[in-house]
Amino acid sequence: MTAVTDPTVPRSWMQRNRMTVTPLLFLAPGILFFAVYVIIPIFQSFYISTYEWNGLGELSEQGEFVGLRNYQELMTDRAFEVSLWNNVKWLALYLLAIPAGLFIALFLNQTIAGIRIYKSLFFFPFVLSQVVVGLVFSWFYLPREGLLNAVLGFFGLGSVNVLGDPTLATYGIIAAGLWPQTAYCMILYLTGLNAVDPEQIEAGRLDGAKGWRMLWHVILPQLKPATFIAFVVTIIGALRSFDLISVMTNGGPFGSTRVLSFYMFEKALSEYGFRMGYGSAIAVVLFLIMLVFIGYFLWQMYQDEKSARR
Amino acid sequence: MTSTFKASIAALATTTMLAGAAGAGSHSNLEGTLRIISDMSNPAPRAIMESLAADFDAMHPNLSVELEIVDREAWKSQIRNALSANPPDVINWYAANRMGPYVDSGLFMDISDWWAAGDFAGLESVQGAMTIDGKQWGVPYTYYQWGIYYREDIFNELGLTEPATFEEEIANCQKILDAGKKCYSIGSKFLWTAGGWFDYLNMRTNGFDFHMQLAQGEVAWTDDRVRETFANWRKLIDMGAYIDDHQTYSWQEALPFVVNGEATAYLIGNFAVPHLREAGLTDDQIDFYQFPKIADVAMGEDAPTDTFHVASGATNIDAAREFLKFVTSPDVQTRINGPDGLGQLPVNANASVADDEFIQQGFEMLSQNATGGIAQFFDRDFPAEMASIGMEGLQEFMVFPDNLEDILGRLEQARQRIYK
Repeated sequence: MTAVTDPTVPRSWMQRNRMTVTPLLFLAPGILFFAVYVIIPIFQSFYISTYEWNGLGELSEQGEFVGLRNYQELMTDRAFEVSLWNNVKWLALYLLAIPAGLFIALFLNQTIAGIRIYKSLFFFPFVLSQVVVGLVFSWFYLPREGLLNAVLGFFGLGSVNVLGDPTLATYGIIAAGLWPQTAYCMILYLTGLNAVDPEQIEAGRLDGAKGWRMLWHVILPQLKPATFIAFVVTIIGALRSFDLISVMTNGGPFGSTRVLSFYMFEKALSEYGFRMGYGSAIAVVLFLIMLVFIGYFLWQMYQDEKSARR
Repeated sequence: MTSTFKASIAALATTTMLAGAAGAGSHSNLEGTLRIISDMSNPAPRAIMESLAADFDAMHPNLSVELEIVDREAWKSQIRNALSANPPDVINWYAANRMGPYVDSGLFMDISDWWAAGDFAGLESVQGAMTIDGKQWGVPYTYYQWGIYYREDIFNELGLTEPATFEEEIANCQKILDAGKKCYSIGSKFLWTAGGWFDYLNMRTNGFDFHMQLAQGEVAWTDDRVRETFANWRKLIDMGAYIDDHQTYSWQEALPFVVNGEATAYLIGNFAVPHLREAGLTDDQIDFYQFPKIADVAMGEDAPTDTFHVASGATNIDAAREFLKFVTSPDVQTRINGPDGLGQLPVNANASVADDEFIQQGFEMLSQNATGGIAQFFDRDFPAEMASIGMEGLQEFMVFPDNLEDILGRLEQARQRIYK
């Protein structure tokens, strides 16, 4: 006991700096992997996007430096334009998962017998793999045998081939994606609702608030952290939509359901994809779009941290 | 399943004895490891590939054959990594333009001198499909015909006969439509089936040589001759010859239309026959005819060839050479393409063709009636990027034929960029 506090005994460098060194050591593996698998590839993509390269052999030998020509080509590429618009549709419509998740969460936030079963049932789609969700929805949409057309037929409406119609297909896939995403948002809100302060509700009730006013002025402000996380995961989910498209339409009919991530895969890595440089250019554009949101998220988190420390 | 297994065991046993006797003296000096990566992942081809590896292993006591089988679809994107990092000695791939990127990047070995040395006697007729820049880059091991597979019983019921000309084809189709059925089933979700239709219509309208010029980028897509091909295609589309919503189905998902008799014919490769048989159709109910004549040009045919290649980074080149010689030899060709194996056509002229209605008909057609020439297939004759953009346009045309001008303009723009 005395030895440790005795100022005359010289302490090692490690002991003197442990408040700095320990967190750095804990961070090191994470930073290393993040650099190798995220940061460096981002810069590599920038670099490769200035080349015309088929992805085989060495870039330095087989690749041809073309400057910004890949980006120039992107400007006139109609398939790229379609992909970009579809990404916008995904971003806008995917956000519907947040209010939908909130209302299901409010509905399920009750104490009645068997509520856990209902909660599990609502959460269930999130547990499924996206591939399974895609397959199930493709069967649901099938033009002749599908359940959707069976229902439409029952009401005397004509049949519709959702995934075969270039104007409808993207919406059909987004609808399939909303199913698990809503479940995810619901879980976030359910945990958020557990943390709602009952005293504030009581106080609100004494002041005569109920229904919508109670929700809007008392409950929602307390759910702000949950809303933020739901927003983050939904935006990211929308921007990296890939598996559903690959399973349900494979980008078709005639490329009308492509999004940027899928188009990048097609150009760079798929069966007929031998344009690594062009694919990288698409990836860079997608990265820049994501950067806007990531920047906003980081800024927001920084603000929260700052106010929490005060 | 069990019967296939037994058959392959039996086949394995007999050839091992034969090969053992023949090969013991001459080739036993091979040693080390021969690494093969194969995409023959369906049950029957897989059994064949495994038996080939086992036989070859048994023939060479000092050599051990290491076989890795990869899912056929997955292999299409895995081949890049396989060839770049730690390349095996022998791999599976496809002929013609499909091997172009790997040839250009120097990942396939130039084996012209093996061909020149007479290693592959009997394969002269398929040498062209393996040639790029005047050199050979691999060997074929099987090929199969394309054609119109149709419901013979429904044709008989409606009093139709196999058409020889396009007019007869259309007249037949009209009768089929009047009977409340569709003429053709097709599933174009994965695009390439539409490529088959274009290949045939273009080869029949403008001839094989024109089709090859188009594939090599020497003709504009906006050329009037190409428009004529599409005009012929449109006749079928406008009369409602194809099943509805084909853009939503894969080729397998479109088979039930034929099995149930809702559609009477399917333009497809011979690989569809086992599926039709498994679905319960007998050989009396299905038959096959060559795509009918349109203009007065020599008939060209699609007959895609599957191949073996040696990686340029191969370590056991001697063993790889012996293996290629082995798989293309007449008796091995006869066995692996037989009805218990791939059920396709042997590439070696000295091999015998299996006693199967469709294989025999296909062989006869390709050896006697394909006077124009033998094409590989849309996505193997055209460069990869042109093929993918092209097939997307073809699918769009089949659904919205009015968009033709726009489609042709797009394809022409792509052509000018791709064939620089």
